[in-house]
Amino acid sequence: MQLIECPWCGPREEAEFSYGGQAHVPYPADPSALSDEEWAHYVFFRDNTAGVWAERWMHATACRRWFNAVRDTRTHAFLATYRPGDPSPDLTAAGTGAGRG
Amino acid sequence: MAERIEGRGRLDRSRTLRFTFDGREFTGHPGDTLASALLAADELAVARSSARGRPRGVLAAGAEEPNALVQVEHPFPDPMQLATTLELFDGLVARGLAGRGRLADVPDPARYDTRHAHADVVVVGAGPAGLVAALTAARAGARVVLVDENPEPGGFLLGTDDVLDDRPALEWVAAARAELATHEDVLHLQRTTAVGSYDDGLVLALEKRTDHLGAAAPRNLARQRVWRVRARHVVTATGAYERPVVFRDNDRPGVLLASSARTYLHRYGVLAGRDVVVFTCDDAAYAAALDLAAAGAAVRVLDARPAAPAAWASRCTAAGVPVRAAVVVTGTLGTDRVEGVRVADITGGAVGTGGELACDLLLVSGGWNPAVQLFSQSGGALRYDTELGGFVPAAPLPTVHVAGAARGELGLGQALRDGERSAVDVLTALGLPAPASSLPRPPRGPERSPGLLLWRVPQDGDGTEEFVDLQRDATVADVRRAVGAGLRSVEHVKRYTTIGTAHDQGRTSGVITSGLVAELLGRTVADLGVTKYRPPTVPVAFAAFAGRNRGDLYDPVRRTAVHAWHVEHGAVFEDVGMWKRPRYYPRRRPDGTTEDMDTAVLRECAAVRTGVGILDGSTLGGISVHGPDAGEFLDLMYTNVMSSLKVGSVRYGVMCGVDGTVLDDGTVLRRGEEEFLVSTTTGAAAKVLDWMEEWLQTEWPHLHVHLTSVTDQWAVFPVVGPLSRAVVGEFAPGVDVANDAFPFMTWRATEVDDVPVLLSRVSFSGELAYEVMVDSRYAAAVWERLVAIGAPHGITPYGTETMHVLRAEKGYPIIGQDTDGTVTPHDLGLGWAVSRKKVDFVGKRSFSRPANLDPARRQLVGLLPLEAGVLVPEGSQLVAAAEIPPPPVPMLGFVTSSYRSAALGRTFALALVAGGRARIGEQAYAVVDGRTVAVEITSSVLVDPEGARRDG
Repeated sequence: MQLIECPWCGPREEAEFSYGGQAHVPYPADPSALSDEEWAHYVFFRDNTAGVWAERWMHATACRRWFNAVRDTRTHAFLATYRPGDPSPDLTAAGTGAGRG
Repeated sequence: MAERIEGRGRLDRSRTLRFTFDGREFTGHPGDTLASALLAADELAVARSSARGRPRGVLAAGAEEPNALVQVEHPFPDPMQLATTLELFDGLVARGLAGRGRLADVPDPARYDTRHAHADVVVVGAGPAGLVAALTAARAGARVVLVDENPEPGGFLLGTDDVLDDRPALEWVAAARAELATHEDVLHLQRTTAVGSYDDGLVLALEKRTDHLGAAAPRNLARQRVWRVRARHVVTATGAYERPVVFRDNDRPGVLLASSARTYLHRYGVLAGRDVVVFTCDDAAYAAALDLAAAGAAVRVLDARPAAPAAWASRCTAAGVPVRAAVVVTGTLGTDRVEGVRVADITGGAVGTGGELACDLLLVSGGWNPAVQLFSQSGGALRYDTELGGFVPAAPLPTVHVAGAARGELGLGQALRDGERSAVDVLTALGLPAPASSLPRPPRGPERSPGLLLWRVPQDGDGTEEFVDLQRDATVADVRRAVGAGLRSVEHVKRYTTIGTAHDQGRTSGVITSGLVAELLGRTVADLGVTKYRPPTVPVAFAAFAGRNRGDLYDPVRRTAVHAWHVEHGAVFEDVGMWKRPRYYPRRRPDGTTEDMDTAVLRECAAVRTGVGILDGSTLGGISVHGPDAGEFLDLMYTNVMSSLKVGSVRYGVMCGVDGTVLDDGTVLRRGEEEFLVSTTTGAAAKVLDWMEEWLQTEWPHLHVHLTSVTDQWAVFPVVGPLSRAVVGEFAPGVDVANDAFPFMTWRATEVDDVPVLLSRVSFSGELAYEVMVDSRYAAAVWERLVAIGAPHGITPYGTETMHVLRAEKGYPIIGQDTDGTVTPHDLGLGWAVSRKKVDFVGKRSFSRPANLDPARRQLVGLLPLEAGVLVPEGSQLVAAAEIPPPPVPMLGFVTSSYRSAALGRTFALALVAGGRARIGEQAYAVVDGRTVAVEITSSVLVDPEGARRDG
């Protein structure tokens, strides 16, 4: 059971959190302007990175706040967690494709 | 023969414990294990092998024991305990097992619990290395948890007469224990086995608190406790397991690991044999040989190495213990116990001629397997140590440290120094200054000489009598067969042969297997590796992991504020989410019989459509959406417009995912300019709140909106039926309940006896209905008032089953029953609830995707079975023809709801049917029990299609 650093509560056990998939996939500003294919990409397509990527978590059994995390999917190691709206830590040197947004 | 001897052992000989094993009575003393007490009685064969039924004796003195599995029968049935770790208690009744025990068929009366502990460092093992590590960390002021599996600390020192500072080493152990007790931030737990080491310093340990007390265990104490220790650093000082050597008939009772025989002597006062042969590849067996000789046994040492270690050999000579080098044991003699051994010379790996030696005990030592289980579980890589012939940590982990014999540092002095080193490593990482070193002085002994790596004594034969994993009855022949079948990985060999899969997890057999496979393949053990270690390290009862979360505490149950009334009035309950909801209220007839569900539901349905009924709808999810932007927020969440809703009004709403499929539906009631009360499906309340929170926090944080679950705060009682107006009018005299004054989809606030009550004109049945909403604290009184006022009108309490029939008659879908993850509002005929004006809302863009416009999409329709009385089961498939063609059979759709209708006087169903609305009036066939039943496809609204009933 890993410890996850909630940006509001500090390190807590993984079981307190729920997973929210890839981070930085913003809701399109004007969905009606998108082609069917572009919309389908937003709705259905996500990266499947082996390595460093950004993902969303929610501290479900405590503060119930959403936040973002950068994790290495090969080791599960959390490299950073940060609040929504904060920029994703620059981990481009460390690896690959941390989200689209 | 084996016997108890005077003057040795850490036993309380003033007390005698009586126990029964395999139906015979024995005695022992406090401090004994079942194994030591049986050995003291010269009971060598304590179990049988699982597959071949061969007699098996005790091989070891701890958790590595492969043979001595026993079933405890009294005081409580407990399968598959190890005789070597089962502390003896008065009144124990047990029997030896052939591999498999029997679970209790009565409830376990014992309590189990869980505790959490947080520490800077958790030290596993209270042998010399672990004690020094814990002391060093404690002296530096660190928060320490020390766990150890034995009843008392000391580790392998308990099985020796070693000295430290020229005094018995156990005096130093006692002093260390006493000092640890003086440190406030030290939690020291004996009888506690670390069973798993997980991410980020989590160690699970099982404390056996009252097992050793038997029937005398106090009822108020938990029998076992799972400790969840979260520590910044983990030090595993778990020692090493001696391993045997494989030879013919090596499973005969009377074959013991050398150091285990030493433990039986020093810790339990049992001399395991009078006429002893020691067969060794390693120095450690010499100490055992000398100690047993000193206790009165005749001992001979056979060392497989070309030359015996000189210092040990001279000690043996002085003690009258003959030592022969370059000799191996090739087999044992006897029937159900060792009566002698076959021996042979060995030169350069070639076994020559030999003879036989009579003996009653054979001690074996093939070297040491460091106990790296916890380190390996933590993700630590292992390295094969060619000199040791065992696996040790390849490189340290940042927060998981290994100390002493567990990383191959054999010997007392090495263990002490390495324990201190590990603690200093931890303290350095924690930024704490290390205290001054104060290690006790170990005795000067012979330098350790290299062991011989001998996995198996080379000999002819098919290998079927040469046992590798004694518990699994797996032999050299099995390993050969596995390799012959083409298996090249030890993981595959493990699964093919089952070696290492028993309770002992291959502690004594795992490395030997790697060695044998390596020999057969002509590869190195380093290249092959060893099988992965997985938690738990020792068997743990499910009851311990369950702790207190069993029975009523296994899963929370939610009851409404009116639950007691429902119980009193005979309700049959169903589980909806965590809720207990009345399903129906069967009536007791004058003849003493009780209505069945069909009868009760038809009666309840008829009462609602012709008179008045009342439902406990308190389980419906309630979410308060408040804030200046609440309307804008709801416009984005729901398919229809909510911001235009007037205070005092209610609107039905549908909520979709971004893919345009329906997530939930319910009513939205505007309580004020900035406050809406949203209702959700009972089972979806948490999901809908999560969904709203996600959008609010991650996409629209600029909206000033707060979401609060109010499910438990509101009790909701729909009063339904043509007579509901009379009942509610009398209940709430301050409200004009006439249709003009209080129209459909509006709400009114009032007070009843000073209790604020909210009345809402919504209907989930198509009938005239008022939902009475009240603070849950007043729920029971309000319910009883409504029932009392309704009594002259024949008010009928009804349950979820009737609610479902009534809503289905009107074609109202239940999200999750009449829908799956593919159904859109349009598929349900709810296109009217989808706004065309709003620029956007969640799901809108998906409605114009070609797949969503396909006229062949499944749509919700009604079905009328054409055969009278046939109830088509929910989930039935629909096909086009009465004769089912050969597969694949084209499917038209499937039945989602199916009931008997009092109003229609027949059965009916709802179904999702491809292009369903265009098929209304057509006939289709439901497949029921392999035959087809003709059904007519109809509108989903079968009762009151013109909606004439809702206003009364």
